[in-house]
Amino acid sequence: MVRPMPHIFTSTGLPLWLLGWGAEFLRAEMSRLLALLFHQGVLDEQFLQLQQLQDESSPNFVYEVTSIYFSESEKLLRNLKLLLMEKELSDYRKIEIHLNQFMGSSSSIGANRVRNVCVTFRAATEENNRIGCLRALELLENEYYYLKNKLHEFFQIEQQRSLAARVRYPMQD
Amino acid sequence: MGIDAGMWKLAGSSSSSSTCRRFHASSLGGSSGEVKALVVDDSRINQMLHHKLLDNLGVENLVVCNGKEAVDIHVSGKQFDLILMDIDMPVMNGIEATRKLRDMGIRSVITGISSHTLDHVKQEFIAAGIDEYHEKPLTSAKLLSILNKIKHKD
Repeated sequence: MVRPMPHIFTSTGLPLWLLGWGAEFLRAEMSRLLALLFHQGVLDEQFLQLQQLQDESSPNFVYEVTSIYFSESEKLLRNLKLLLMEKELSDYRKIEIHLNQFMGSSSSIGANRVRNVCVTFRAATEENNRIGCLRALELLENEYYYLKNKLHEFFQIEQQRSLAARVRYPMQD
Repeated sequence: MGIDAGMWKLAGSSSSSSTCRRFHASSLGGSSGEVKALVVDDSRINQMLHHKLLDNLGVENLVVCNGKEAVDIHVSGKQFDLILMDIDMPVMNGIEATRKLRDMGIRSVITGISSHTLDHVKQEFIAAGIDEYHEKPLTSAKLLSILNKIKHKD
C-alpha cells in the first residue's frame, strides 16, 4: 500500500520525496565540480588527501579543515591589506611572515592557485616592490574568493546529497 | 615510554594562536602502533592534518604549538620516536627547538616540515640537527616512508 507523502519541501524547492532519487545526481554534480576545480588548477591532489583522511571517526574532516582555512585566510588577507596600506611601508618582513602562513595553509588543503599567487607575492616583497605587492594582493583576493565560493557550493551539494541518501520513500517500504 | 595512551581529547575551540590543542590518540594497534610521535606546529590546519595522518596509521601522537612546548615536554621526561617539526612558530621556532633538543641529547628522528623553499633556511634547519626535511604538505606516502625508516633503524 502506498502511503501518502507529506508536502515537505527542501531549501532547493524540491519535494523531499524526490530527493531519494536525487542522491546519485548530486554525487555526480559533486564529481563534476571537483573535476572542474582540478582542471582549472584551483585544487591539487592534496585536497584528495584530505578526503581520504575523512572516515567514520571524522565524518566532517574536510569541512572542518577548510572552515579553519577560510577563517585564518581572511584574517591574513586583512592583515596583508593593512600592512600594504601603511603610508610608510618599510617592513616587508611582516608581509613575508603572513605570506608564509598563507602558503603553508593553502598547500595543506590543496589550494594550488592561491598558493601560487602567494609565491608571486612573496617575490614582490623580496624586491620591496609595493606596486607588485598591491597587484599580487588583488590577485590573491580574487583567487581566494573564487576558491571559497566553489568549495561552499561543493559542501552545499554534499549536504543535500547526504540528506537525499537518507530519504526513504514509499516504493522502498 | 611515558606516553599514556588515552581517549581523544580536544582542549579549547578558539582559533587564536595562543590556544594550544593537545591531541591524545590511543594506539589503533596497527603496524606503526609502537611508534610514538610529537607534532610541533602552530597551524591548526597542520595540527589536525598531521594528527589525523598519524592516527590513521595507528601512531600514538601528541601535538604542541611551538618549539618551547616541544622542549618542555621532553624536559618533563616524555620521549618520542618521531618529531614532526615546523619552522616558523611563535615563542620558539623549529630551528632553535631542534638545536636545543639535540643539545639535550635527544636522539629522536626529527623531520623538518615546512613550506619554506628558501635554501638558506633549509640549510639552517639541517645544520640545527634535523634528520630529514619535507616540503608541506605531509602526505600519507611521505609519512609512511619516514615511519619505515624508523622501524628499520630500530
